[in-house]
Amino acid sequence: MTVYLDHAATTPILPEAAAAMTAQLGRVGNASSLHASGRDARRLVEESRESIARALGCRPGEVVFTSGGTESDNLAIKGLFWSRRSQDPRRVRILSTPVEHHAVLDPLMWLATEGAKVELVGVDRLGRLDIDAFRAAVEADPESVALVSVMWANNEVGTVQPVRDVVEIAHAHGIPVHTDAVQALGQLPLDFAASGVDAMTVTGHKIGGPYGVGTLLVRRELQPTALLHGGGQERGIRSGTIDPPAIAGFAVACETAVARQGELAERLAGLRDALVSGVLREVPDAIHNGDPQPGPDHRLPGNAHLEFPGCEGDSLLMLLDARGIECSTGSACDAGVPQASHVLLAMGSSEEFARSSLRFSLGHTSSQADVDALVAAIGPVVERARNAALSSRSAR
Amino acid sequence: MRVLAAMSGGVDSAVAAARAAEEGHDVTGIHLALSRNPKSYRTGARGCCTIEDANDARRAADVIGIPFYVWDMSERFHEDVVEDFLSEYAEGRTPNPCLRCNEKIKFAAVLDRAIGLGFDAVVTGHYAQLRTGSDGLIEMHRAEDMSKDQSYVLGVLTQDQLAHSLFPLGDTPKAVIREEAARRGLAVAAKPDSHDICFISDGDTGGWLADKLDDVNRGGVIVSADGEKLGEHEGSWRYTIGQRRGLRIGTPAADGQPRYVLDIEPVSGTVTVGPREALAVDGLEAIRPRWCGTAPEPGVPLECTVQLRAHGDEHRAVVTTDGDAVEVQLLDPASGIAPGQAVVVYAGSRVVGSATISATRRASTSLVEARR
Repeated sequence: MTVYLDHAATTPILPEAAAAMTAQLGRVGNASSLHASGRDARRLVEESRESIARALGCRPGEVVFTSGGTESDNLAIKGLFWSRRSQDPRRVRILSTPVEHHAVLDPLMWLATEGAKVELVGVDRLGRLDIDAFRAAVEADPESVALVSVMWANNEVGTVQPVRDVVEIAHAHGIPVHTDAVQALGQLPLDFAASGVDAMTVTGHKIGGPYGVGTLLVRRELQPTALLHGGGQERGIRSGTIDPPAIAGFAVACETAVARQGELAERLAGLRDALVSGVLREVPDAIHNGDPQPGPDHRLPGNAHLEFPGCEGDSLLMLLDARGIECSTGSACDAGVPQASHVLLAMGSSEEFARSSLRFSLGHTSSQADVDALVAAIGPVVERARNAALSSRSAR
Repeated sequence: MRVLAAMSGGVDSAVAAARAAEEGHDVTGIHLALSRNPKSYRTGARGCCTIEDANDARRAADVIGIPFYVWDMSERFHEDVVEDFLSEYAEGRTPNPCLRCNEKIKFAAVLDRAIGLGFDAVVTGHYAQLRTGSDGLIEMHRAEDMSKDQSYVLGVLTQDQLAHSLFPLGDTPKAVIREEAARRGLAVAAKPDSHDICFISDGDTGGWLADKLDDVNRGGVIVSADGEKLGEHEGSWRYTIGQRRGLRIGTPAADGQPRYVLDIEPVSGTVTVGPREALAVDGLEAIRPRWCGTAPEPGVPLECTVQLRAHGDEHRAVVTTDGDAVEVQLLDPASGIAPGQAVVVYAGSRVVGSATISATRRASTSLVEARR
């Protein structure tokens, strides 16, 4: 039996979403074709768009389908930077945070080589944006800010960002705000219009939908410069043949995740507290990272991020994996080499501490039995990982 | 046993892991990431540091049906192998980084961590054979396939390390291993062998050293054995004892014979060259001995054979130890031996131990000063 505690990486597909998707797989019809089969495909896509819009509090025309979170982030960051700068060449600054996902940070670093001035405003020990520093950064020269990108909730430590305050400060100067809400959807209340943000990234496979499909919600008034040019689909912002089966599955997952969000969040918060207190009981010197306070303004209900002093995170992961318990150490590079988490480093952690932590993330299939299995295993696993770290440090 | 298979992404380690699994061991595969930025050390398809190699190892593990992880050993590797390699060259010695990696990384940092994590042994694709001797100690012997024998680079392993190692390939010729890999469905069956130093991406050791040691003893003179200045050079680490090519000496030798590097003096930057005969060595001194089993009796001459470089010839020799000092008298003279290389001592096919060469005695002269 696998104990799956890595829902923040990807979560099992909902049976409803799988059914909606598979029902379409055998059908023919390019949604851009003019004949009956094409119109049927297009109708399915538009109905899906409408249901996603209802679930997320936006207009259907604001839903731009993409291949997922990374593409949506790239489209928002590069596309909005290019279009805003072309309207006014003074707009070269982008304000963001050092705890963003690499799908935001890497486009920012790339744009920095293309003339952008990227400013990553610091976060506190909990991983939350220093809002006063952010205000100061905006007000230092608001005319020069092309856009702001601040994630809704952090994928590693689960800390929720003060997006409402960010929007208020940026909008006072007419600056658009993008947020990566990939982790938030389904776990926190999310409403595009009410949030005030101008662009929002969400993706299918984190909410019980299929892989390879997501959306950038982007206000009608904004026309990000396209990354992909071609047939002019999706308002000309994102060319490429539309994928009706994936979109149908994604739409069902979206509706379902939003409808069940309140109930899920409550259940996960209870399981998560049991997980954290159980692990701390077994390993009293473990350290809990992120915001200790519960609630949708504070942390993701399903995220538990713990540091185990004296252990290598990847030793812990391997030992738990051998016992059928699956979790994450944070980010990994192409070759699978564990790197010290940039999020923890930005929160003031040392490289050594950053390498000794694990993320457990809960989702719609999580149960008390999962938590019990982890709590039963963690004591001996930590002891073994500590011994391994000690023996590999001492010279032979 | 629970064993950890170190998988480089090559054919040997893949077959070694497969054999261990087939014998019934509980095998976990690991690939060692030896460079922090996997693209910086090596960009070709061979070697042990690329993303492709990690992927090849991962795919082999999939086919064998074992769990697979990447272990980041880049810091230890940099400190213990790369920096050591550089400082040895800077001081005029010729190190063997594979030996050093086995001593410090694969059978030390990795093995220790494996034991700590509850594994019983490390399995690798090295060509060498382990047997239990009559005294109950583990003996390491040369591989069946002498052309692939790697006991030389394993000569640094101690009894404790050997007791926790498995070399499943030692009894099989390389060609058979490739056939076996193909039969097992391992995609790396036809992957070329790696020959170069894994952390030097293009195989140009001289260029790599020139880049890294740019500000170390930049220039110096090239002199003949009797002290006549023949030319200048841009760094003594560009030379290896026994080197013939690339000396760029304008005037030919009086007898018209080619000249070879005889000696490197890193402090003054003096490189001495001379005729081939002057390279012959009939004795050497070595330090830092590591014995695979029982250490030889101090002061008692041991008749044995020695190997002085990877894939080098065997020389009949008499070895005498005195604590940390090892004296080797070569009955068959050797040529082009440099301090820093390892002398590995054999009794027949069995590895007795190894030590690092600190000085050589030239057969042509009565004695060249023992420098290092």
